[in-house]
Amino acid sequence: MSRVTDAPGLWPLASRVLGRELTLAGRHWDQVAQPLLFFVIVVTLFPLATSPDLAQLRQIAPGVVWVAAMLSSLLALESLFRPDVEDGTMEQWVLSEQPLAWMLLMKTAAHWLVSGLPLVILSPLLGTGLGVPVSAWPVLMASLALGTAALSVLGAIGAALTVGVRRGNVLLALLVLPLEVPVLIFGARAVSLGMTGEAVAGPLNLLAAILILAVSLGPMAMAAAIRIGVES
Amino acid sequence: MPASAAPAGEALLEARAIELWRGEHHLLRRVSFRLNAGELLQVTGENGAGKTSLLRVVCGLLPAETGDILWRGVSILEGRDAYHRDVVYLAHLNALKLDLTADENLKAGAGLRRDTTRSEREAVLTALGVARCVDLPARVLSAGQRRRVAFARVLLSKAPLWILDEPTTNLDVHGVELIERLIRDHLEEGGSVLTAAHHGLLAGHPRARQLVLAG
Repeated sequence: MSRVTDAPGLWPLASRVLGRELTLAGRHWDQVAQPLLFFVIVVTLFPLATSPDLAQLRQIAPGVVWVAAMLSSLLALESLFRPDVEDGTMEQWVLSEQPLAWMLLMKTAAHWLVSGLPLVILSPLLGTGLGVPVSAWPVLMASLALGTAALSVLGAIGAALTVGVRRGNVLLALLVLPLEVPVLIFGARAVSLGMTGEAVAGPLNLLAAILILAVSLGPMAMAAAIRIGVES
Repeated sequence: MPASAAPAGEALLEARAIELWRGEHHLLRRVSFRLNAGELLQVTGENGAGKTSLLRVVCGLLPAETGDILWRGVSILEGRDAYHRDVVYLAHLNALKLDLTADENLKAGAGLRRDTTRSEREAVLTALGVARCVDLPARVLSAGQRRRVAFARVLLSKAPLWILDEPTTNLDVHGVELIERLIRDHLEEGGSVLTAAHHGLLAGHPRARQLVLAG
């Protein structure tokens, strides 16, 4: 006995959630730009603190870019689900007949578009400052694109789990960092292999595998965590 | 039993012996009720008696320790999606994004259920007396105006069961009358309303009943 419903299908729903999130991001872009600024500042601090010698900077460039990307992604996570839980929007999502996991994945995708993608686009510029050759730009951007997307999804699981905890930032970092370490390792490894002109398919494939695993299973974990988070 | 009472098992919404503990506190003790089409059930009780908790349990947001909630005879745990299609919940929180306009908020909020047109949203906001707020960000609206915009989402949902937690919070006298009229219209169309409110809504209405929580 299926009743007729005019509820939007999966793709209209996705575009609606994405549209709303991007509109919201556009209305308070000063907050949205913070993780990107943080990334830029951290990366530019290294030459000042270590040495302006490009040969030396080149040694640490992959690690610096990747650690900065990871910390900036962590910085943005706190505001991923919490505002929606606090203003009651998430309750309405849980109570809609729509698949919560799908909506949360779309919300995470919007989050990546405003916090991860700009970082990917800006990375060649910052990489050049650290001595990354032009030949390694594609690897740098590809590894960051795959990696920051995986970090967003992994981080979103942590954000969903800690959504009911007051001032849960430190707990969030403790939860999420161990999960994210493989992304850091493979990402930095891909960039350093790319800079010396070696084959990069291995670490990039592993990054893609982590991303696919996170996207396929992560939303279910997020939805379960959010359902618990809105109980109280 | 009055003659209009539905036969056993035919209630639209039925709660059976709900028990809920919050920490060490036994909040809901064997709460049962039945709600039929066209009826209003008003949950009353002191602050902290568990009105909001009961509403959240009935919505399916908060799992009860024991007891069943049945919608059209099916447990809401089994038929969750079908139930959520038929119910709209107005919480304490308005679920409005302060950076979005009233219209954008409604488009996103009601859009989870069905597509709404701009003119439809304008008509509902006009009916609620906040036509001027259509294109204003929710941030600049007063608390009462925000509540009215939140109520517009309830109207747009076209859901048969309304669960309203203190729907008249922050509303002036005219606002309360307006909400009462909208609730009466909904009941006349065969809808049902479960509400928690301090002061009696629709006092004396033949199909309005009260459920008093002892606390």
